Amino acid sequence: MNIFKISSKNLIRNKLTTVLNIILVAFGIGILSILFLATNQIGNKLEKNAKDIDLVVGAKGSPLQLILSSVYHIDYPTGNIPAKDAYKLMQNPMVKRAVPLALGDNYNGYRIVGTDSTFSNLYGLSIQMGNFWHKDLEVTLGSTIALTSKLKIGDSFFGAHGLTGNGDIHKQHAYLVKGILKPQGNITDNLILTNIGSVYKMHEEKHKEGYSHTSAEEAKEINDKQITALLIQYKSPMSVILFPRMVNQSTNMQAASPAMESARLFSLIGVGIDTLQWFAMFIMGIAALSIFISLYNAMKERKYDLAIMRCLGASKSKLFFLVMFEGVLVTFIGACLGLLIGHSALEVIGAYQESSQAKLTGFTAVPQEIYLIWIGLFIGTLASLIPAMQIYKVDIAETLTKDR
Amino acid sequence: MIKISSLAHVYEKGRRLKFPCWEIADMEQWLLLGASGSGKSTLLNIISGLLEPSQGEVLINGTDLYTLPARGRDRFRGRHIGIIFQRPHLIRSLDVIDNLELAAVMAGLPIDHKRNHSLLHDLGIAELAKNYPDELSQGQLQRVSVARALVNKPDLLIADEPTSSLDDGNANQVIRMLTTQAKDNGAALIIATHDRRVQEYITKTYLLNEHL
Repeated sequence: MNIFKISSKNLIRNKLTTVLNIILVAFGIGILSILFLATNQIGNKLEKNAKDIDLVVGAKGSPLQLILSSVYHIDYPTGNIPAKDAYKLMQNPMVKRAVPLALGDNYNGYRIVGTDSTFSNLYGLSIQMGNFWHKDLEVTLGSTIALTSKLKIGDSFFGAHGLTGNGDIHKQHAYLVKGILKPQGNITDNLILTNIGSVYKMHEEKHKEGYSHTSAEEAKEINDKQITALLIQYKSPMSVILFPRMVNQSTNMQAASPAMESARLFSLIGVGIDTLQWFAMFIMGIAALSIFISLYNAMKERKYDLAIMRCLGASKSKLFFLVMFEGVLVTFIGACLGLLIGHSALEVIGAYQESSQAKLTGFTAVPQEIYLIWIGLFIGTLASLIPAMQIYKVDIAETLTKDR
Repeated sequence: MIKISSLAHVYEKGRRLKFPCWEIADMEQWLLLGASGSGKSTLLNIISGLLEPSQGEVLINGTDLYTLPARGRDRFRGRHIGIIFQRPHLIRSLDVIDNLELAAVMAGLPIDHKRNHSLLHDLGIAELAKNYPDELSQGQLQRVSVARALVNKPDLLIADEPTSSLDDGNANQVIRMLTTQAKDNGAALIIATHDRRVQEYITKTYLLNEHL
């Protein structure tokens, strides 16, 4: 028998009110925790995947689309650029490292990326098993793909045309798995890497089709071939201003900066996040009001209980604490439940997500979530403050001589 | 042991009550008599430390109740005075045994499980320990509130109109129970009443007269 037991017994006695209040708090906290976790994870992913990429050069079109397709591998490419022009840019003195990309095929929804060894340098890739790709039609798998597709070294598979779906399979050539990458925690876990020549070979008979596919083995061959995009790392930060302008003005290609485009993307999503945040705050406000009203109303009946406890020797401050504790207990349970709801909801969302590139998970926590518990406790304190103050006004002698 | 002297209380509305001096020795049993409105409840509240008098002092075991700070007075009441109300106020969300334990917890004393059970046994309600107040009859509730008043081995047991809502049979039983329990537990007893049935059991009387 202690204050905790008295409070919880009283809460159990008023089951419906207690459950309502807990649910209100839990929903508010739940929504906030989903927002925290999702923005945190998306932000992290965006940042991680674009870490060392200063600029992307691709076909003219939406710069955001260019970034999404060639850095995050989410959207479709804007088109193709002539390999000749791209290789000219790669020779520019401001460029420290340039990675050519040729997109266009997939295997079970995982993108097959034609590139060269600079790609593995850019992302700092290392091999878990086997080797990097060397010849045409050899591939190295990202770790996630190796896990989900059950492909092993020495296995071969057919790629399908397009970036999603298995509709149009390239039956004439099979890829051979040469190696599997170590888990990197970024987009490369979900990519199948090969050389540009393979992508070109796949499409030899289908030159006229929409996506870009090119070979880059020999300079002569390159001349009228195309690639999808170029990931560029600058030699010095000075180039941030000069290089994009040069690309946009003097060539038929466009340059887009991942940092700027993801900032723009975030400001677009930001409106939705803000709205949800206000909505969650609103629910929390309702929860506080509901707790306040139920405690305040209960005080009419509880006056007797509290007067008896005073008679039995409890001090006013002890009873003040008792009433406060009840409100805080409800919001604390609600806050914990809310975090649970938030995490499991995000895990469920992640499980149903189609794009494997930006999967969300509920099995991580962010430090801000501690604040959510504090917010819950604060709301509980706020809502029970006025009801608890009633303790100081109750006239015990008078209360107890009156009938219930 | 208990002594009140030159006690008077003035209500906000201007009504003034004066109380004659009163001395109660250990384990004595007294009736507090008086017409309704003569200030019986006021006096009981003053003696139990719930209502600060305008004037005068209350000494219990040599402690002047109203020189104690409010917190100390609450604690003193919890440990030394057992109060039985006209209506048996029990905490409805707690079962009988928890209601008894509450008395110890609120007074800041350790819980004596053995004593709680033997009290229930003595009062003939041992089998009701796990029942909730809503499930008990008036008579049973009154017994539980007597048991609760005795939990902390008080020096003084105060009962305010304990029989007014009971029939003859139950009233006699409650009075007998109060007098024997007070004796067995070594507590003095004050019963405030205007019920003639009680006067057969207790001879010492303290009479409040409205026009004093």
